[in-house]
Amino acid sequence: MIEGLLHIAPIIGKILLIVIILMMAVAYLTLAERKVIGYIQQRIGPNRVGPRGLLQPLADGLKLAMKEVIFPAKSNLYLFVLAPVMAIAPALAAWAVIPFDDGMVLANINAGLLYILAITSVSVYGVVIAGWASNSRYAFLGAMRSAAQVVSYEIAMGFALVGVLVAAGSLNLGEIVMAQQGGFLCWYWLPLLPLFVIYFISGVAETNRAPFDMAEGESEIVAGFHVEYSGMAFALFFLAEYADMILISMLAALLFMGGWLSPFEGIPVLETMFVWVPGIVWLLLKTAMFLFIYLWLRATFPRYRYDQIMRLGWKIFIPVALVWIVVVATAKVFEWTPWFSQTGGI
Amino acid sequence: MEKLLFYCFAAILLFAATMVITVRNPVRAALFLVLAFFTSAAIWLMLHAEFLAIALVLVYVGAVLVLFLFVVMMLDIDLVPLREGFTRYLPLGILVALLIVVEMIAVLGVSNFGLEQVEAPQVDESVSNTRRLGLLLYTEYVYPFQLAAVILTVAIVAAIMLTLRSGTRKKQDAGQQVKVQKADRLRVVKMASEQTKSNKASDQ
Repeated sequence: MIEGLLHIAPIIGKILLIVIILMMAVAYLTLAERKVIGYIQQRIGPNRVGPRGLLQPLADGLKLAMKEVIFPAKSNLYLFVLAPVMAIAPALAAWAVIPFDDGMVLANINAGLLYILAITSVSVYGVVIAGWASNSRYAFLGAMRSAAQVVSYEIAMGFALVGVLVAAGSLNLGEIVMAQQGGFLCWYWLPLLPLFVIYFISGVAETNRAPFDMAEGESEIVAGFHVEYSGMAFALFFLAEYADMILISMLAALLFMGGWLSPFEGIPVLETMFVWVPGIVWLLLKTAMFLFIYLWLRATFPRYRYDQIMRLGWKIFIPVALVWIVVVATAKVFEWTPWFSQTGGI
Repeated sequence: MEKLLFYCFAAILLFAATMVITVRNPVRAALFLVLAFFTSAAIWLMLHAEFLAIALVLVYVGAVLVLFLFVVMMLDIDLVPLREGFTRYLPLGILVALLIVVEMIAVLGVSNFGLEQVEAPQVDESVSNTRRLGLLLYTEYVYPFQLAAVILTVAIVAAIMLTLRSGTRKKQDAGQQVKVQKADRLRVVKMASEQTKSNKASDQ
């Protein structure tokens, strides 16, 4: 019994560490979003709470925690409560297989990429159940839109990931990063450029962010699936959305941008100059870059029309991804250097 | 410990499966089906079939059942007429169910698939589950595998053809929409200004 506890304790410690850091990152991502979009629109953004507005996320969190959670009279109470849990659970569970540095991973499983794809595909249930259980027309429309959109873009995203695993010859995220060794130009963003673009745009659509935020669409269906939620129940949806954003960004960094590898690898002077920087710093910097692109997209583009979203997903992304998988497979067979030179040992 | 976990998952699976067929609301039935699939994935994971378990979650929970829910939620099913013939057809239903149970025991029973008849497969832990499955599918079973893929493609084409009725559908042509110019939509009319009522009132 004691031995079992000793075995489990460090794992729980690591889980707590990841969750606490993730929640802090989510909190400050909301502030970053308001600040970045503020400056893009020539405003200052929040600057009242704390120095330069740095305590704003805490104030927001406190406000949401103090608010009453209202249960609509004709809602389905069990499912109404279950929905936010179904949204946040996959958003957290996916982090189990993310490597932060060489060997720095909670669960180093072989089918890591597949696990992530499976877990993120479950997160749509939060939205669908919320929309149905609220017993509200707006929420229901939001849920329907979200279900169709997420299922469509999952296919394009899955194909983009197939290209990565063909190139790397592994489903393990750590091995995929190690397969990209050899410098900035050896990372998969270059040979898999179309898949990289498809992956990131599909990621934006999967997380229901602007310009693909049809599920919320405040100008037509008020706030979509979470229109009936308030207080902490609403906050959970919010946390899940931002945690998913960070997850998609970190995956983009791991799969296409060399993860924790230094961008100066192979460049004579710079390589030795930056050799002291730990790998996790590079990974976090790359993740931050993708998060900035998320915010940039939101501040720049108007919302897509629904039929245009479907057209983009089914008629453009999926065919392009299919063609590029054939190209990657051909390159792998003929071992085009430097990207496809290593053959996966069987 | 492993046994305890197995019985936990098995109990949840049986509970969920029973709820799927007994619960009145179709949406809740579909959600219990989600739980059933998820739990059976957990049991497969305990059998070290990690690829199959994750594929089950990815395909069934992540895609098929979402579409299922999508349809079930939009249907407004009135349950009363569905229950009308329940007692009348009950004897027949019991008979069919019994027959199926007997047949399944005859084919899948302990005498055919018990631990004595089938040995536990030799598992080489050095090669990953996914890789082993891929090797088998693309070497030994490559023709059945390709055949299954072709059949699925035919099914997709057939399903699309059944619902595709040309002429009745509203189409959006993105190319034409992009090419639209100001002159196609907007007509500027030159006309002399008129005296409005308020102007007249202020004149007098």
